[in-house]
Amino acid sequence: MTPAQESASQLSKKLRVLVAKVGLDGHDRGVKIVARALRDAGIEVIYLGIHNTPAEIAASALQEDADAIGLSIHSAAHLTLFGEVIKLLKANNANDIVVFGGGIVPGEDIGKLQRMGVKKIFTPGAPLEEIVRFVKSIGVETRKARGDRRRSLASSPPPTLLRKRRNKPKST
Amino acid sequence: MNSPEKSRKNLSGIEIQRCYGAEDIRAFDAARDLGVPGVFPFTRGIYSTMYRGRLWTMRQFAGFGSAEESNRRYHYLLQQGNMGLSVAFDMPTLMGYDSDDPRSRGEVGRCGVAVDSVTDMEVLFRGIPLDDVSVSMTINGPAIVLFAMYLVVAERQGVKFRDLQGTLQNDILKEYIAQKEWICPPAPSLKMINDIIGFCVESAPRYHPLSISGYHIREAGSTAVQELAFTLYDGLTYVKSALDAGLKVDDFVPRFSFFFNAHNDFFEEIAKFRAARRLWAHEIKKRFHPANPDSLALRFHTQTAGCALTAQQPYNNVVRVTLQALAAVLGGTQSLHTNSLDETLALPSEDAVKIALRTQQIIAHESGVTDTADPLGGSYYLEWLTDKMESEAKNYFDKLDAMGGMVPAIERGFPQGEIHRTAVSYQKEVDARERIIVGVNSFVEPEKSRVSILKVKDAVEKKQVLRLRQRKKSRSAKKVGLALNRLAGVAEASGDLMPAVMEAVRTEATVGEICELFRRVYGGYREAALI
Repeated sequence: MTPAQESASQLSKKLRVLVAKVGLDGHDRGVKIVARALRDAGIEVIYLGIHNTPAEIAASALQEDADAIGLSIHSAAHLTLFGEVIKLLKANNANDIVVFGGGIVPGEDIGKLQRMGVKKIFTPGAPLEEIVRFVKSIGVETRKARGDRRRSLASSPPPTLLRKRRNKPKST
Repeated sequence: MNSPEKSRKNLSGIEIQRCYGAEDIRAFDAARDLGVPGVFPFTRGIYSTMYRGRLWTMRQFAGFGSAEESNRRYHYLLQQGNMGLSVAFDMPTLMGYDSDDPRSRGEVGRCGVAVDSVTDMEVLFRGIPLDDVSVSMTINGPAIVLFAMYLVVAERQGVKFRDLQGTLQNDILKEYIAQKEWICPPAPSLKMINDIIGFCVESAPRYHPLSISGYHIREAGSTAVQELAFTLYDGLTYVKSALDAGLKVDDFVPRFSFFFNAHNDFFEEIAKFRAARRLWAHEIKKRFHPANPDSLALRFHTQTAGCALTAQQPYNNVVRVTLQALAAVLGGTQSLHTNSLDETLALPSEDAVKIALRTQQIIAHESGVTDTADPLGGSYYLEWLTDKMESEAKNYFDKLDAMGGMVPAIERGFPQGEIHRTAVSYQKEVDARERIIVGVNSFVEPEKSRVSILKVKDAVEKKQVLRLRQRKKSRSAKKVGLALNRLAGVAEASGDLMPAVMEAVRTEATVGEICELFRRVYGGYREAALI
């Protein structure tokens, strides 16, 4: 494929979003509703469920070639856990993967998370429509960047987390 | 007036008429269906005197940070009029991991108190005489470990087990269904529960070994009918499981307790509590034929609905909690926790939890509702709704019976799927403004000043990890090793776990070490990720 053809083919693919709970908290009422709303809006959702470690999340995101990761946390461990996920993505040259999330996050921590690299936090009461709109807006830039990243990885040392890429996506 | 009236459905999808009258409860037989408080079928309450004889226990759930900090909060609450304690553990403890486990990073002390070994438990209850103060502990997967620690602390205080009053949540079925805090699969978990029940029957007869819960099922998105049905059916499942293990129905059923949610729909909640008592009485009688009338009485704790609170305009939550608490009292609860206004943002601050406690005290002492039992009994609407909820719940019982019971139903994902379905449809109603939430989809305003919230410092985790390491150094590794080996042997041979867990806990074996042993012997548990 020429770069132009590859670009075009990236843009025409469905947006792939990994949705999960990270850490020990298993309160998944909200995250399941968000995952389903994204899926119903035509986004390819890889739902990982609960009790995932930051390493499992980052590895899955890379393995599944995700454009974005949506995390749900109600345990007040958000600064640590979002931080870990972002650190692992950086270490694997995957800064382009957009990280967003929601749950119980006090207003004063949202700025801190954004400075870490979290693109958006949705707090209790956020309408689903708003979340879907945000995720859809991720599209073009990210997919182009993902293409660039894959090209550059082909000529650099293997990252710490990448396992063998599967051909079939684990989406629902 | 010719305009067609839009139908009104309550949160369970039950259609509500414009008005109710005598014709709506024609089949109602007051003597059979209502009775008097304290007598089968207990619709009006489980005690003849109800709150005139004794108020419900004001029991605020609390715990955060270190055992010292939580101990201070417990003393504060007792000084403010809290009548019984209720312990909230942190996520690592709830999931059976030590504070220094890699999985615990960032989580220590954030959602509750960090307890790694029996010494933490001792500090948690410092200055609190366990023969005088009843203690409820919200713990499920590792319940046997924390219960053993509590018993050893009682020992160290010189308190006899038979004088202990309190409750262990210890309800694993609702974990698989809703709260999702587990360690092992259903079969070994039920075995642990039976060992605890057996211990209480023998040695701690005033202690409730189970708090069969609907609160979490409701918080996960169920309707009131589903909450009622799944909770009671879980209870029936535990009764059968204990009987199969050789226990006698009249020995343990009187010590079972329940835990319900108090949500927004005022009358539906009251009807739910009344239906619960009547339904339990009938089902226990029908399925298990106890001789002791105490085996037919459903006693319960209530917590106001966390999921009904809003982050927007937090002071509105005080009003919500008041209505929810009033519904629980009019429904005849034995024990009550009222949520704090700031709980969509953080754990309760001291000021917020005081208001929550005062809410109960004002209802108890100023409103007059405690002067008589079941004051709304006889209301056309309430009696119709109580009947309706009972029959809707029975439909679920039939479905669950047909599936072979709750464990097969959980394995098929049935209750989980029901809950998810109603959670999705509720969210759609809210987003479409068919269901109004004040401050969220109506009467919205830009957020002004922030309420000051409780913060758990990062230093808590560092300190707890250090303390745990020191304790591991200073205890006798040999004694711990021997005790854990013995416990492994008992577990592998399906013996009574209680004595072996207590012995391990006395040597300062940790929550993580014992739970890791359980995972090794019994296997872990992971659910299918479905949307």
